[in-house]
Amino acid sequence: MAKESSFKNMTLTLLVITFVSSAVLAGVYELTKDAIDAVRIRKINRGISEVLPAFDNNPSEDVYKKFVDGDTVYVYIATKDKKYVGAAIQTFTNNGYGGKFVLLVGFLADGTINNINVISHSETPGLGDKIDPAKHGFSLQFHGKNPETYKLTVKKENGDVDAITASTISSKAFCDAVARAYAVYREDVMKKGKWNGNSGATPKQ
Amino acid sequence: MKERIQIILKGIFKENPTFVLVLGMCPTLATTSSAINGLSMGLATSFVLMLSNMTISTVGKMIPDKVRIPSYIVIIAAFVTVVDLLMAGYLPDIHSTLGIFIPLIVVNCIVLARAESYAAKNGAIDSIFDGLGIGLGFTLALTFLGFVRELLGAYSVFGYKLVSGDGIILFILAPGAFFALAYLMILFNMVKKKFIKDN
Amino acid sequence: MEYVLIIIAAIFVNNVVLAQFLGICPFLGVSNRVGTSLGMGGAVIFVLTLSSIVTYLIQNYILSPLEIGYMQTLTFILVIAALVQMVEIILKKASPSLYQALGIFLPLITTNCAVLGIAILSIQKNYDLAQTTVFALASGIGFALALVLFAGLREQLDLTSDVPKQMKGYPIALIVAGLMAMAFMGFSGIVK
Repeated sequence: MAKESSFKNMTLTLLVITFVSSAVLAGVYELTKDAIDAVRIRKINRGISEVLPAFDNNPSEDVYKKFVDGDTVYVYIATKDKKYVGAAIQTFTNNGYGGKFVLLVGFLADGTINNINVISHSETPGLGDKIDPAKHGFSLQFHGKNPETYKLTVKKENGDVDAITASTISSKAFCDAVARAYAVYREDVMKKGKWNGNSGATPKQ
Repeated sequence: MKERIQIILKGIFKENPTFVLVLGMCPTLATTSSAINGLSMGLATSFVLMLSNMTISTVGKMIPDKVRIPSYIVIIAAFVTVVDLLMAGYLPDIHSTLGIFIPLIVVNCIVLARAESYAAKNGAIDSIFDGLGIGLGFTLALTFLGFVRELLGAYSVFGYKLVSGDGIILFILAPGAFFALAYLMILFNMVKKKFIKDN
Repeated sequence: MEYVLIIIAAIFVNNVVLAQFLGICPFLGVSNRVGTSLGMGGAVIFVLTLSSIVTYLIQNYILSPLEIGYMQTLTFILVIAALVQMVEIILKKASPSLYQALGIFLPLITTNCAVLGIAILSIQKNYDLAQTTVFALASGIGFALALVLFAGLREQLDLTSDVPKQMKGYPIALIVAGLMAMAFMGFSGIVK
């Protein structure tokens, strides 16, 4: 059935197949590139609009990255009529029950937490996954609180946060992630003024 | 045409890739936490199966024997990437749920097994139907497994909640995947035995 | 400390086979005897670590600079297939005894999705070279551990227990695997 193998035709066949496949892939990539980019930007902007009040810039272009504790924290600046609205900070923790999880925390100009969303997690369904506002009200208690005065640790450790019943580890990890976001927000956005009132004027690192 | 339908039926029942051939277990267990996830994974795999079967049955005879497997793998990998890119662009939600298991269709033993044992020896049209049949068998098995796990684990069907409450969470988690598949396999074999006796 | 976390997470908490469902085919297929599963486990640890290092280099020095990330699946699987072949040839020459032990498992490894899966996961997790190596090695060990434990259970099952006819073969193997997955769930949380 198959042809006899000689070094020449083996190399040639593999080369031709690889070449044709690569060409096809490059073509499909070009075709889908815009759609994939649009999806990525839409996803980021949709997430940001859920945690911040209305804005009219494109925060996914106004991003500032900071490397802390072994991973990257992303800061998205939102403005409206060229006035600062707040920043959405994509933060993480490695202390979850199922390992790492990623949150998006929206801060207003004075550092008040506006809203928090869970981007990804692998906490136990029915227990630790209550960190997700879609599942449980746990994260709502952070709304309108300013970490300057609101202690981001569970009550058991003399903080201000009501832990999820039977999921102290997940609750503590959640606080850890929010605290990491706030630290970046305070240092880089509030103190150093990584924005100066003009959209697009965020200094890139 | 009747023979073609036979080819499809064979893939769904007599040579069902999940329950009879027991191939492609990784996506079967990993992506069936809900019916819709199982269905999507099944359809993505079917698509790759049909395209790779078609291509390999057409060009297979020109490929020297010794580089047969690497050549098949390259062809399959190309189609998998096409599916991956298309899903990333147009079905982003499903794409992110299935995640790493989309590129892993490349190493799904079903695809390579059909290339080697069917497509390389048969014509293009028959091979497409074989891909369709096996793909449908795989899709049905995954959807059914996802359906059962979702029903027990979340009390919902295709995302619609039937009863309020959390469900038997174990079935959504890893162990439940093994248990549900084990019992479905027993069920399938019992039904199959009965069906064959009646014939 | 960071490496310890990666190792514990990869072996126990997110075990490749029992929690991430990678490499199920060889897990169910080659695990009837403790001896064979040791051989398979060894071969997987070796190939998994080697291929993750090579794919890391390819991703960061070829694919990313050229912005052809879409070639990832194709190049990775080719690299793994080629590596498996090379390992086979080198082992045959260099250490015939090791080849005798691992040889028959090597061709099966190309289609072991744990190998490609871990290679892609290390890229997705943004690991550097050292982390990738540790993660791949630990994942391989996790695979081998699950495989050997499972083989031990199945040996006992064959010898001593009276399995109902309908459950013989795959169904009972799946139930045993499910019980093991439950046992491994007990490890989650220890990383904290």
